[in-house]
Amino acid sequence: MSEAAVKKRPGILFLRRLLRNLKLPQKIMGIILFVLLVLFVLLPAINLFYTAFSFSYSDRVLPQVIERGIKAVPGRFTLVHLERVFFSPLTKNMFLIPLLNTLLITAGLTIVALSFGSVLAWIVVRTDLPGRKLIANLATIPYIIPAWPIALAWLNIFKNTKVGGTPGLFEYIFHMTPPDWMSYGPVPIIICLSLHYYSYSFITVSGALATIDSRLEETGELLGANKWQVMRKITLPLVLPSILSAFILTFSRGIGSFGTPAFLGMPVHFFTLSTQLYSNIKNNLGGDAYIIALVMILMSGLSIYMNVKVIGARKSFVTISGKGFKAKPVLLGKLKYVVLVLLIIFIILGVFTPLYVLTWQSLMEQDGNYSLSNFTLHFWTGKSDEVNKHGILIGEGQAGILRNPMILRGAWNSVRLALYAAFFTSFLGIIIGYAIVRDRGSRLSKLNDALSFAPYIFPGIAFGAVYLTMFARPFGPIPALYGTFAILVLVSVAKHVPYSSRTGTAAMMQVSKELEEAGELQGAGFLRRFFKIIFPLTRNGLVAGFMLSFITVMRELSLVVLLVTPSTKVLTTMIYYYAEIGFHQFGDAITMLVVIISLSGTIIIRRFQKTALGKEIGG
Amino acid sequence: MAEYAKIRIENLCKKWGKVVAIKDMNLSIEEGDFVTLLGPSGCGKTTTLRAIAGLEEPTGGKIYLNGKLVFSKEEEIVVPPAKRNLGLVFQSYALWPHMTVFENIAFGLKIKKLPKDEIRKMVFAVLGDVKLEGYEKRYPQELSGGQQQRIAIARMIINRPDIYLLDEPLSNLDAKLRVDMRAELKELHQKSGATTVYVTHDQVEAMTMSSKICIMKDGIIHQVGSPEEVYRKPADLFVADFISNPKMNFFEAAVTTENNKRVINAAGFKLKIGPEMLGPEEKVKVAVRPEDFVITDNGTEYTVVNQLPAGSSSIVIAGRGGEKISLLFEGNFKVAVGSKLRLSVKEGLFNLFNLKTGKRIY
Repeated sequence: MSEAAVKKRPGILFLRRLLRNLKLPQKIMGIILFVLLVLFVLLPAINLFYTAFSFSYSDRVLPQVIERGIKAVPGRFTLVHLERVFFSPLTKNMFLIPLLNTLLITAGLTIVALSFGSVLAWIVVRTDLPGRKLIANLATIPYIIPAWPIALAWLNIFKNTKVGGTPGLFEYIFHMTPPDWMSYGPVPIIICLSLHYYSYSFITVSGALATIDSRLEETGELLGANKWQVMRKITLPLVLPSILSAFILTFSRGIGSFGTPAFLGMPVHFFTLSTQLYSNIKNNLGGDAYIIALVMILMSGLSIYMNVKVIGARKSFVTISGKGFKAKPVLLGKLKYVVLVLLIIFIILGVFTPLYVLTWQSLMEQDGNYSLSNFTLHFWTGKSDEVNKHGILIGEGQAGILRNPMILRGAWNSVRLALYAAFFTSFLGIIIGYAIVRDRGSRLSKLNDALSFAPYIFPGIAFGAVYLTMFARPFGPIPALYGTFAILVLVSVAKHVPYSSRTGTAAMMQVSKELEEAGELQGAGFLRRFFKIIFPLTRNGLVAGFMLSFITVMRELSLVVLLVTPSTKVLTTMIYYYAEIGFHQFGDAITMLVVIISLSGTIIIRRFQKTALGKEIGG
Repeated sequence: MAEYAKIRIENLCKKWGKVVAIKDMNLSIEEGDFVTLLGPSGCGKTTTLRAIAGLEEPTGGKIYLNGKLVFSKEEEIVVPPAKRNLGLVFQSYALWPHMTVFENIAFGLKIKKLPKDEIRKMVFAVLGDVKLEGYEKRYPQELSGGQQQRIAIARMIINRPDIYLLDEPLSNLDAKLRVDMRAELKELHQKSGATTVYVTHDQVEAMTMSSKICIMKDGIIHQVGSPEEVYRKPADLFVADFISNPKMNFFEAAVTTENNKRVINAAGFKLKIGPEMLGPEEKVKVAVRPEDFVITDNGTEYTVVNQLPAGSSSIVIAGRGGEKISLLFEGNFKVAVGSKLRLSVKEGLFNLFNLKTGKRIY
C-alpha cells in the first residue's frame, strides 16, 4: 500500500529532510558552534581590518590629517595608518626597528631554545646519564610557569643603576655595575625567553625519541652501520618532523611574546612589534597599532603555513610504531659526570634561581638591600600600618598581598576569570569535539574545524587588540563590553578555542561511534547518550582540559593587558603595573602566587591525565 | 508464512562522495531466515547491515521491515533505529567500558522504565542463556573476548527484537573459539527463530551457519542462494572463486566435436557435455573443485609437485606442462613428490562459465 504512496511535492520533501537533519545533535551543535565562531572569531578579525583602514575619533590630531586638511570622519575608509606605518618618517622607529628587533629576538630564541632543548632531550632519553628521570622532570618546570617571571628575576639580578632605581643582586655582590647589554635589550630577552621555551623543544623531541621503535635502529646496526651512522641516517630523520614542529612553535611564540620584551626592552626603548603595538594603543594611535597587529598575524600565519607545508608532508612517513624494545642507551663513559654537573648547574641557575630570586626579593623590606636584617614578611602578610624600626611605613602604606583588598580583588578576578574561561572552554570543547568528529566530512564540520583553529594564528596581544576594536562599541545585540569582566572571559575563551577544539576532538575520537550507536539502538535519546555514555568516557580528558585552560588563563598577560580597567585588574596585569612603576616586592610576591597556583594546578592535571603535558604541545 | 518478506530492500544505493558502497541493491529476506552477507572487505556488506539498522542513511532506495516502510529516499522517510525492533551486535561489540555487565545488559530496559525487579529477573535469565551467570558485576574489559561477545549478544536479545543483525561477530576471536561460537549462534537462531542477518568475509562461517548466502562484491550482489547452491552452482566466476577452499581450478578451454559428440578438452581432461549444458559457444572457462578429481587407470598423467596434509584430508598440488592444479583427497592419503598420478574429473562435477561475461553456463 505504501508502494502507491502519493507523490509528495518537492517542497514538503525538502522540509522533511531539513527537519530530520535539524534533529541530528551533531548538526544542531555544528550550527550553534558556527554562529559562535562567526560572532567571536570571524567578525572581530574582519573588524580589525576595518579599523586598521578607517579613521577613528582620535585621528583628527594626526599631522597627516591636519596638514592635508582631510576631514577625519570616524569610520570612513583611509590609508593613512598604512602610510604612517610603512611609508612615513615614522616608519623606521615605529615599524622597521621593532620588526628587526622582533626577528632578531625570535631568531636568537629559536636557535638557542631549539638546540638546547633537542640536545637535552637526546641526553635524557638516549644516554646512560645517572638521574635522567629526575632531570627530565625538573627540566619541564619552566613549561609549567609563565615566561615573564624569568625576566623579572633577571632584572632583579642584573639591573644596573644607570637606568635608575636600586642596584641588582649582581651589583650588590660584586660591587660592579653590569654593562647595559647585560641588563636590558636583546641579550637578556633572548636568554630569558630561551630559559622558558627550550622546554617546548625538550618535551616534543623527547616524546618523539622515546616512541621511535628501536628495532628500526637495531636493523641499521645489524646491517653494519655504526652508532654515529645510525643516529645520522635513521634516528635524526625520524625525529626531524618533531624538531621542525618545535621550531615553528618556538618561532611563532617568539613573534608574539610580550611580557619579557616589555620588562627587559621598554625601559631602554628597545621595542618589538608586540611592545610597539601596546605603546601605540596606550598613546591613542589605535589605527597604527592595528596595522602592526595585521603584520604580526601575517607573520604568525606564514609560520603556521610553513608548518603545514613542511611537516604536513613529512609527517606521513614517520613510522612511530609504538613500543619496540627499549633501545640500548648510548654510553657516555667518564663524560657522563661532566654532563651531569653541567646539567645540575643549569637546573640550579636556569630553573630554580629565578624562583628563588623572586621569592627573596619579595621578602626584602628595602629593594636592593640583600642583608638578612632587611628581611620582612610585610609584602605577603603585613598590615597597611606596619612600620619598620625607623618608624617608616613599609611598602608605602600598602598591605601585604594576602590582606591587601585591591590585590585580593585582583586575585579573585584572576581565579574567577580562569574558572569561567576554563568552564566555557571545556564546555565548548565538548560541542566542538562532537560537532566536528560526529559530522566528519560535512561542509559545516570542515568550516568549524578551520574557524576554530583561526585564533591560533593571532599573537595574544593582537587578539586583545582585535577584541578592543570589536567590543569598545555596542555591536548588534551585544552592548559595549570594554571595561567589563565579560570581555575578559570572552577573549580568554575565544583565544583558547584552538586548544579546546583539540582536547574536545581528541576526547571524542576515543569514544567510538559504535558505543553511541549501541545506545541509540537501545532507544536512548541524545541527552541520555550524552550523559550516560559520552560524558563518562570523556570525563578525564575534559577535566585535564579544564585545568589546562585554568592555568593558561591564570598566567595570561599579553591577551588581557589591553582590556583590563582598574576594576577588572587581574594578578598578571597587577604584576605588570608594579614592574612598570618599579615596586618590585609586590610584583614578585604576586608572581610567586601565580607560580604556586600554576604548579599546583599542573599536579592536579597530571593525576587526571599523565600525558596531558605532552599532548598539549605535541601536535 | 507471512504474506510479506521480513526484510525487503529495493534499489538501495549508498555513495560516499564519489565512492559507491552499494549499487542498486535488491534483496528479500523471509521470516526466520539466517542470511549471510558474504564478500571481501569493502564490498558493502556492513554498509547494508547498517542501513537496515538505520545507523546509515542510504542515498537512494527503500527498505521495508515486516512490510512497513522504514526508509525511503523518495519520500524522505527515515524511521530511527530504536523504532525498528531489531538488535545489532557490532564487530567491536561496543560494550560500554564504564558500565558493569549488568548495567550494559539492563541499559535498554531502564530506558523502557521497567520495574527494577523485572529488570533483574530478565538480566539474570539472559545471563543464563549465554552461560555467564555470576559475571554481572564485572566490567567488560575484565572478560575474555568470547565472554564479551556473549554479553553483546545478551544485550541484543534481552530486548526481544525480531531481527538479529550480526556484524562479523566472530572475527575477533581465536580459531578454536570461533568454531564453538558458530555452533552457539546457530543454536541461538534455532531457539529464538528470529530473522538473522549475518555479515562475514569468512566463507566457512557462511556455509556452516546460513540458510541463505548473499555474495557481494563492490556493492553488487552476485548471487543469493542456499549454501549448497552457491557451492555447486556459483552464478559467476567471482562466486566460484570466492567460495572455494582450497582454491578452485580454472582452465580455459575450447569446445570440440569428437565422434559427433561435443567434448571439452581442458588441461588434458576430456569432459563430456550434453546438449543441455552448452549453447553454441566455442570458448569457455571450466572450473573443477579440488575434491572432484579421481585417480583412474585411463586418466591424464600429472606429476606431484607438493603435498599439504591436514589430518582428515590432504591437499596435493600436481603439474602437467605449465598447468598446475590442486587436488583434495579425503583421509590419510600419501604420495611422494615427483610421482605420477593418473587423474580424471568426476562425471558431471564441473562448472562452465562464459569466458566473456563470466556467467555460469553449466
